Amino acid sequence: MSYMANASNLLPAREQMAFTLGFHIILVPFGVAFTFLMLVANYRAIRRGDEDARRLAERWSKVAAVLFAVGAVSGTVLSFEMGLLWPRLMDRYGAASGIPFVVEGIFFFLEAIFIAIYIYGWKRMAPWPHFWSGVPVVLAGIGGTLSVVAANSWMNQPGGFTERNGKVVAVRPLRVFFNGAWGYESVHMLLAAYIVAGFLVAGVYATGMLRGRADRHHRLGFLIAFTVAAVVTPLQIVVGDAMARYVFHDEPAKFAAIEGVPETATHVPETVGGVFVDGRLRYGLRLPNGASLLAGFSPGTRIRGLDAVPADGCIPPNLVTVVHLSFDVMVLTAFALLALAAWFAFVWWRRRALPASRWFLRAAAVAGVVSVVSLEAGWVVTEVGRQPWIVVGHLLTRDAVTTSGTVWWFFAATLVIYTAVGGATFYVLRRMRGRWAATSDDTVTVPYGPADARPALDGAAP
Amino acid sequence: VSSVVGVILFAGVVLYGVFGGADFGAGFWDLTAGGAGAGRRPRALIQSAIGPVWEANHVWLIFCLVVLWTGFPSAFSALMTTLYIPLGLAALGIVLRSSGFAFRKELAGTEEQRVAGAAFASSSVVTPFFFGTIAGAIATGRVPGDAAAWVNPTSLLGGVLAVAARAYLAAVFLTAEARARRDPDLERWFVTRARAAAVVCGGLAVAGIFVLNSDAPRLFSHLTGRGAPFVALSAVAGVATVVAGDRLDPRTLRVLGVVAVGAVLIGWGVAQYPFLLGTHLSLSAAAAPSATLWSIVIVFAGAAVLCVPSLVALYVLQQREQLDAHA
Repeated sequence: MSYMANASNLLPAREQMAFTLGFHIILVPFGVAFTFLMLVANYRAIRRGDEDARRLAERWSKVAAVLFAVGAVSGTVLSFEMGLLWPRLMDRYGAASGIPFVVEGIFFFLEAIFIAIYIYGWKRMAPWPHFWSGVPVVLAGIGGTLSVVAANSWMNQPGGFTERNGKVVAVRPLRVFFNGAWGYESVHMLLAAYIVAGFLVAGVYATGMLRGRADRHHRLGFLIAFTVAAVVTPLQIVVGDAMARYVFHDEPAKFAAIEGVPETATHVPETVGGVFVDGRLRYGLRLPNGASLLAGFSPGTRIRGLDAVPADGCIPPNLVTVVHLSFDVMVLTAFALLALAAWFAFVWWRRRALPASRWFLRAAAVAGVVSVVSLEAGWVVTEVGRQPWIVVGHLLTRDAVTTSGTVWWFFAATLVIYTAVGGATFYVLRRMRGRWAATSDDTVTVPYGPADARPALDGAAP
Repeated sequence: VSSVVGVILFAGVVLYGVFGGADFGAGFWDLTAGGAGAGRRPRALIQSAIGPVWEANHVWLIFCLVVLWTGFPSAFSALMTTLYIPLGLAALGIVLRSSGFAFRKELAGTEEQRVAGAAFASSSVVTPFFFGTIAGAIATGRVPGDAAAWVNPTSLLGGVLAVAARAYLAAVFLTAEARARRDPDLERWFVTRARAAAVVCGGLAVAGIFVLNSDAPRLFSHLTGRGAPFVALSAVAGVATVVAGDRLDPRTLRVLGVVAVGAVLIGWGVAQYPFLLGTHLSLSAAAAPSATLWSIVIVFAGAAVLCVPSLVALYVLQQREQLDAHA
């Protein structure tokens, strides 16, 4: 009876977690890194009396306000889901894996407080105090990312606790937080947030320039955002490369899935693309010795295959394809973004100007979406690559899922509401952009007033 | 140390109930403010009053969840598996409410604002109801239990009382906001509603005496025993609001509101102590290993040093109208 309930809830619970986390992760870069872009523009505005930069910073803060609100509540849903979907994960390991979440709470608190002060402080606060009220937002974004990823990386390399009879009886909090996978996973996610925010924002202004609005406002908005992304992208490639070797050493089962290696061997080729059928990665492009070279700088590097993983804890074959292809997508998109950044850097170095080609702007316009694809693909590698475990070596995902109710209903309701909220977010952002394009007046009327309402209430006049 | 963490957890519940509650209650008045013309000014006040603070107030909920699942994992799991229906609905309600609020601020057309505002206001009323039913189920020892644990007289009362108490809190807060903005019309508009809501809360509390007496005898005896001073304090503050609401300074009125709602929540906590769930799971039995509990205490101390002054700064800036919602 209980097992039946598990079996029927496992699929919707995983789908719902994937969907809501996949939704939330797109908003993360706006809370974490977009606020940094905003402060760069703000700093420039004050230092050089640059009115274009000031307008960018102010408009970006309003966009950040909308996206932060949606991000805050979609993050709240994730907190509920930890218990609603995975109660037995929290019951058994909450005492350990909860600690990074408690730390994250502080950062989220600081972020929520200071982002409000910053966003609402444009009119009345003096420029420098106002600028400094934004700095804790950026710092809290970094701290929050490092904390929440600690909770995730702990599931990949759990440690810092003693278990007796299926119960955690002792916890070493620092070992939990600074677990084996924490260092590279958290930096990888943090850099990803800066890349996505940079390319997405730059894409908006690239689109504007393609439509003929190549004024200084657009060029500056593009430059601030694109520069940040272009600087961070090569760093991310270096971090990602090092990280793959850490995974090779510390999480061999995940590495075997990423590379699609069925049997432990040396001289393992790097296969690009392909699907994992009948215990083999087929139809891909094989680079001889590639995987061994990347993992250990020598063709003789031995890579442990899926056969080295005990059968009851081994990733299902169909998921090997998912992990492998996601990894390829992440790497290929990252190198595409690197190429775009290099193009920009080369032309800027030679001519102190944007590349003149419209193809550069076209590529920049879609770079944001490409970076989101890269982010999502990387996240799939982490999460699906951990299967069938929810806590590697300790708890299987199917044993963690809720036995209460029918998750399909919850998932259906969530899909409907998230689709509405996601659609509305796009609509609201488009309306904001349209309003800004049409008028220099940034103020909005009071609720339920006609669009051209006179300012209501004393003191509310713009 | 499990009791210390229990107090920290409950402090989060009280702070969320009071400050988050006032934001939820504002949605009630937003919903009932009438058509586009009549409701324009109260809605404008609500928007500018809660715009800068609602996200910070919302974090108390996250705080409660993470402290509960880290400090008392088995209680968290029991709660989530038993009350998944109201909890799931509350989570989705929070999404609708907050995004609706954030969207309305940036939308200009009346029709668009109406849609976003309806999402904000209606889910602001529905969500606290679910929270109230959850509190009722916990207080009466129905967790862990079956999926219908939240359908009972105490939960129903808790749900309605949660909506009414939040509406009352919001009305006294908004009265003070109207005074700060020197708008006597709006001040009257809200103070009338504050008094009416206080009367409703009082009526529900009286009904609650009978409900709790039959449905949760242990809780009732402790509420009327060691919890009695808090219940009495709440009653006094509520009566004072009703009797002298129109003569008192709005800031005093606001203090009365915080006392009335905060005291009854604390009274609940005092009556329930030392149990986390009903009378079968005590704080110490549900507690995580001591290193985890100490981590929570240390992090909470850090939060007190960092977040409390920041939060005070936010409220002070808001009160001094340094934060212009129309900026």
